[in-house]
Amino acid sequence: MKMHSELRKHIIDFLNKGLRLDGRAPLEYRKPIKVEYDISKSAEGSARVQIGGTLLMAGIKLSLEKPYPDTPDAGNLMCGAELIPMANPEFELGAPGLQAIELGRIVDRGIRESHVIDTKKLCITPGEKVWGISIDLIPINDSGNLFDASALAALAALKNTRLPKLENEKIDYLTRTDEPLPLSDAEPVSVTVCKIGSHFIIDPTEEEEKVIDARLTVASMKDGTLCALQKGGEETLTSEDIDKMIGIAVEKANELRAAL
Amino acid sequence: MTYNKRLDGRKLDETRPIEAKVGIIERADGSAIFKIGQTIAYAAVYGPRNLYPKFMQDPQKGILRVNYNMMPFSGHGERVRPGGSRRAKEISMVTEKALLPVIDLSDFPNAVVDVFIELPQTDAGTRCAGICAAAMALADAGIMMKDLVSAVAVGCIDGTVIADLNYDEEAFEGKVADIPVAILPNSGEISLLQMDGEVSQENIKDAIELAKKVTKNIYEIQKQALKDKFKVGE
Amino acid sequence: MSKLLVKDKDIAVPGEALAEGMDYLPGNGTYREGDNIHAARLGLVNVDGRAIKIVPLTGRYLPKRGDTIIVKVQEIVMSGWILDTNSAYTAMLNMKDATSEFIQKGSDLTQYFSFGDYIICKIVNVTTQMLIDVTTKGPGLRKLRGGRVIKVNTNKVPRIIGKKGSMVSMIKQATGSRIIVGQNGVIWLEGEDPKMELLAVETINKIAEESHIAGLTDRIKEFLEQQTGKQIELRTEEGEPNDVQ
Repeated sequence: MKMHSELRKHIIDFLNKGLRLDGRAPLEYRKPIKVEYDISKSAEGSARVQIGGTLLMAGIKLSLEKPYPDTPDAGNLMCGAELIPMANPEFELGAPGLQAIELGRIVDRGIRESHVIDTKKLCITPGEKVWGISIDLIPINDSGNLFDASALAALAALKNTRLPKLENEKIDYLTRTDEPLPLSDAEPVSVTVCKIGSHFIIDPTEEEEKVIDARLTVASMKDGTLCALQKGGEETLTSEDIDKMIGIAVEKANELRAAL
Repeated sequence: MTYNKRLDGRKLDETRPIEAKVGIIERADGSAIFKIGQTIAYAAVYGPRNLYPKFMQDPQKGILRVNYNMMPFSGHGERVRPGGSRRAKEISMVTEKALLPVIDLSDFPNAVVDVFIELPQTDAGTRCAGICAAAMALADAGIMMKDLVSAVAVGCIDGTVIADLNYDEEAFEGKVADIPVAILPNSGEISLLQMDGEVSQENIKDAIELAKKVTKNIYEIQKQALKDKFKVGE
Repeated sequence: MSKLLVKDKDIAVPGEALAEGMDYLPGNGTYREGDNIHAARLGLVNVDGRAIKIVPLTGRYLPKRGDTIIVKVQEIVMSGWILDTNSAYTAMLNMKDATSEFIQKGSDLTQYFSFGDYIICKIVNVTTQMLIDVTTKGPGLRKLRGGRVIKVNTNKVPRIIGKKGSMVSMIKQATGSRIIVGQNGVIWLEGEDPKMELLAVETINKIAEESHIAGLTDRIKEFLEQQTGKQIELRTEEGEPNDVQ
């Protein structure tokens, strides 16, 4: 027996007529899609993303770290999400749950594998000292689709980042330089395509997220190259499904990039 | 040497610019944002709602629970590790006590009202900004309250009493006292008072009087923000 | 000399002084301190002769005996169902209050009401500790099949229903939707087609947002006529479960 079976049925009835419960078309993002930069002057870079009612912040902190032994000449990258109880009555205080871990890791892979950050340029002394980049993702209001909002916010915050001043191999956090991070123009963003019955939708509301059968988060770059995939949900997908979903995601990614 | 010219050029009794807005978090029962200078506090209220574990329940009335948190990227220096520090726990507690005297949860036995305060950007005065935001969010949530709560950090540098210290003033080399004060605007009663630093008995009196004066203005801003939420459409 | 410090229909914030002097009487949502009357919550000032009260605009539902509410099945226990009431408290639907049918002990209760089902029911008892009993025995009380559920603030429910059901009747008439309004702010609806259902949802949200602004009924009537091109007559309806006010 499935929870929310009546809701699911109603959503499918609507989709059969080409509509969502909030009046959108199946492959339509909520409005507005808005990116604000530099929303935290305490961070080295930051952004706030709004997709419809969903609000999410990303902040970048830089530090000086020892490189990992397998990449002695490259900077470090860490990306995590915190689903704070401010954003959703179902979120709880305490250590990150599975949902937060998955969210952080998907965004991490999209950024890392697109090589949008030239981490070699973040090396200060090989094997000794490199820049470490921490990306923290924090929703303020979760009305659905934290995946796409997070990836967009992470990229926007990276673009907003300016290195702090280095003095005697120590960071002076109070003085920011004009120097941006070494970023390529890959612009990796994620679009999550959901399957419900025989329909595909994007940008699910928090209500729709409860009844989807499967989802595929596709991180892609400006030139259409894919850089990370994550399939979620309880049902399976066919190869035809995946084909279609990737096609939708790559096309819709441009709408997100337009907000940058 | 007296401190009579402030580092950022403000008058002694002048706060940094303040902005407030109510109803910013759709999913919450009440919410608000309060900015003072570079310090930004968000507050969300959920409840009254079910309280578990059961042993925490009060059969006479609902309880208030506050959680204050600095976002990982909100500090002046290194990244703040998420998960709550002793400092955050203490501030959560004193914030709860600052708000408790005005709220009435007698209609809601066994339930809880949760207040979440989050700071994305900080520059001193965070607990006071959090209290101001939380008071507005509680009012927005329709909680029975006999008053709002308005808070400000006053201070004393080398014998000069000033309002709303910023980070540079807190870090000033000299005798600095940082005195966060929360006041019930209609009665003038004090629901939060902390101090660290060095201050004379004379100066502390003056500082509290200054806090009363300054919070009058903060109260007007909170009040206006609450009324603006329901303004006839534009 | 007594003096009113605010106007009727002003927004008052907690603690705000509303009137001076003993000629005015403190009503709901206000308190007297010394000679003055203050607001005890955020809301709309209502001055009725010498009585001043605050009409709430926000705040969660507080269950009351006799209310008809829409609930969601949260848990099934030996003796019945535990229900989410969209308030700080759950309610209990006992087997004996669910149906006049005889239910064999230990039988599968999900055949009556299952997890996640929405039910329209009536509160029969609320204790001081906020233990709540409801019944589904009574006209119109039942499981709600199909359609969807939306939530509005409980304080807006009287305006959505309107005088003797006139507002909700107008929406039904214009959109051809079936609508049931629970006192707890949970509303069930199903349109004759998606477009009309969306219009019904939009209208309900509009009422909730603008309920404190004068001329609501006329504005909504005009809005619905504009959207549907139909002529709408104001009429009341009685005898349906959503008319309980």
